[in-house]
Amino acid sequence: MSHDAMMHAEDFRAGAALGVDHRKVGMWLFIASEVMFFGGLLATYLHYKYILGFPEASGLNIVQVGINTTILLTSSLTVVLALSSIRAGKGGQLSIFLLLTIALGLAFLSGQVLEFSHLYGEGVTLTSSVFGSSFFTLTGFHGLHVVAGVIWAAIVLVRGLRGAFTAERNMGVEVFGLYWHFVDIVWIMLFTLIYLIP
Amino acid sequence: MTATSASPGWRRYFTWNTDHKVIGVQYIVTAFVFFMLAGILAMLVRTELRAPGKDIIDGATYNQVMTNHGSLMIFLWILPVLAGFGNYLIPLMIGARDMAFPRLNALSYWLIPPAGLLMLASFFAGGAEAGWTAYVPLSIGGPPGQTLWALSVILLGFSNIMGAINFLTTTITMRAPGLSMWRLPLFVWGMLATAILSLTATPVLTAGLVLVAFDRMIGTQFFAVASGGDPILWQNLFWFYSHPAVYIMILPAMGIVSEVLPVFSRKPIFGYRMIALSSMAIAVLGMTVWAHHMFTSGMDPRLRIPFMVSSMIIAVPTGVKIFSWLATIWDGKLRFTTPMLFALGFISMFLIGGLTGIFLAAIPVDLHVHDTYFVVAHLHFVLFGGSVSAVYAGLYYWFPKITGRMYDERTGRLHFAANFIGSNLTYLPMFAAGLMGMPRRVADYDPEFTVYNELATFGSLLLAVSVLPFLYNVILSWARGPKASANPWSGKTLEWQASSPPPPENFEQIPTVTSDPYAYGEEAPKAAEPAAAPATG
Repeated sequence: MSHDAMMHAEDFRAGAALGVDHRKVGMWLFIASEVMFFGGLLATYLHYKYILGFPEASGLNIVQVGINTTILLTSSLTVVLALSSIRAGKGGQLSIFLLLTIALGLAFLSGQVLEFSHLYGEGVTLTSSVFGSSFFTLTGFHGLHVVAGVIWAAIVLVRGLRGAFTAERNMGVEVFGLYWHFVDIVWIMLFTLIYLIP
Repeated sequence: MTATSASPGWRRYFTWNTDHKVIGVQYIVTAFVFFMLAGILAMLVRTELRAPGKDIIDGATYNQVMTNHGSLMIFLWILPVLAGFGNYLIPLMIGARDMAFPRLNALSYWLIPPAGLLMLASFFAGGAEAGWTAYVPLSIGGPPGQTLWALSVILLGFSNIMGAINFLTTTITMRAPGLSMWRLPLFVWGMLATAILSLTATPVLTAGLVLVAFDRMIGTQFFAVASGGDPILWQNLFWFYSHPAVYIMILPAMGIVSEVLPVFSRKPIFGYRMIALSSMAIAVLGMTVWAHHMFTSGMDPRLRIPFMVSSMIIAVPTGVKIFSWLATIWDGKLRFTTPMLFALGFISMFLIGGLTGIFLAAIPVDLHVHDTYFVVAHLHFVLFGGSVSAVYAGLYYWFPKITGRMYDERTGRLHFAANFIGSNLTYLPMFAAGLMGMPRRVADYDPEFTVYNELATFGSLLLAVSVLPFLYNVILSWARGPKASANPWSGKTLEWQASSPPPPENFEQIPTVTSDPYAYGEEAPKAAEPAAAPATG
């Protein structure tokens, strides 16, 4: 009886009694706060778009950024495949898919650098106008989140190579995946609201 | 397992320590230091305002003093001291050994001292003088100290968000067996509601402050009026956080009061579920009222009515709490200990603050008294009469648990009397001055307001002096007060089942909860409750 109670208590400490790991709950809550942070920046962008019209936005290159968007969305696929690989106990595949994720993340960032430098060449800068400030701050913060994600992916990769994850123990991969998907979803919002909607 | 063993005694409070109890005390003591600093600034303000004319400081200095008084009180006293209670109590109250993320917890504390110093450093960089609301373009054009102010509040926001994630995760995943949500102590419910608000509102302020900091540091155009920047946008972003922040500062305080009242009335709390649900209702409704701060700012008049209505609806869950508390003490066996006195003081003064809040939510009244001392009085009745009274109630109530010693009851009552009279004497006259039109945030005033300001300054002196018996009591009792038993108040919440002070990891064995936490006077104490024998030693 008391042994059962203790085991139950241990389960509760680990969050297992609810079927949710505390790291996962923590990540979801962190994502909630990030949603509100991007919400604040996005509200700023949309507010100014509404009152100022943002004629500069017509100079954005939808095709190039569309390709970039595809690259980033593909990286969500590789993260899912990485998780399902380790859940099947395939550590080698985990590394390959994480490497692919990092490569796609870096490709997205390169695309963003290209886009930014092109805009700077046309005189649209962080300080040139309210559009420039809103655009670069919003997409720039997203870019920083991709940078953080790439670094995190590299850490997960190294830990995976050292054998930290198994078919049963892979929360480190899953929590990273939650973050990565969130960064992708933010981009879908930004791409739609900044680039697609006239 | 924790860093505690490496650094025994008081030294551990100055180290990176992951024990939630050490972190809780770190939070509380650090916050109290900032409370006293902010109090000194308040005394400067009151001294300047004792008589009309510019007496001791010039207008710019006055603005700096007023800005830092408000910012320190809110961001570095009330928010962190309540987080300190949350840190100390949540794991104990839910029967856990620590928080879900102990290292994150230590990090969220250790952001506070540097952020506080950063804010104070603004005095040496030209000062921050745009008020705690930092309205643009005032905060864009101000001296460099304003940048330090913005960075400081961003840092404190990080600390707050990390704390909220920790509180929520801990309460969701680490409750002891049998401790269902409907058996959670009401303080934990209050912290839950607060954490939800911190999590959703703080990031929006952070976003707004990032825009201000960028404008100041790298020349972005967000609030540059010449480029089309919109001051109203800042007000929206700011109040989207800062009105919920009022609930962030009051919900845990209401939780503390809900713990203290039943214990010293020896009665079950009245309307447990309604109190818990009203906390959640306040959290949700609290997100929908922010623009009532902007009735005079040139917002769309069509939006005023919805914001007025939502603001007034908040009075309903708040009233549910007040009536439940009154029903709790009704016909109870009251014991007028210091925490009980502060809890009763909370109810009476918060009631005045809350009712005047309904006045202010009414558009025509607000148009009349906006930016007058009426608002100052309202705010201080809520945050000083309300939150700070509850913090004192909590400090006395859990003092035996935290320190293992009893405080001196007579000195405590003296503290309460001075605090209660002092705060009413300080803030009540401000209502009158405000209704007559005395504007806030100005170093000078028309001679017709002199008598109210003399009263307020006299009251504030009493308030300042009232801290002395508190400090005397706390320091002396902590050093050599009589030893406290595990459960000196015969409380039923789980923290009283651990020894005083609780050992590292809190419980030898994780307790199993079989009843609700407020079953006073219903039956004999359960076997699980240890006898209230005084600890030896």
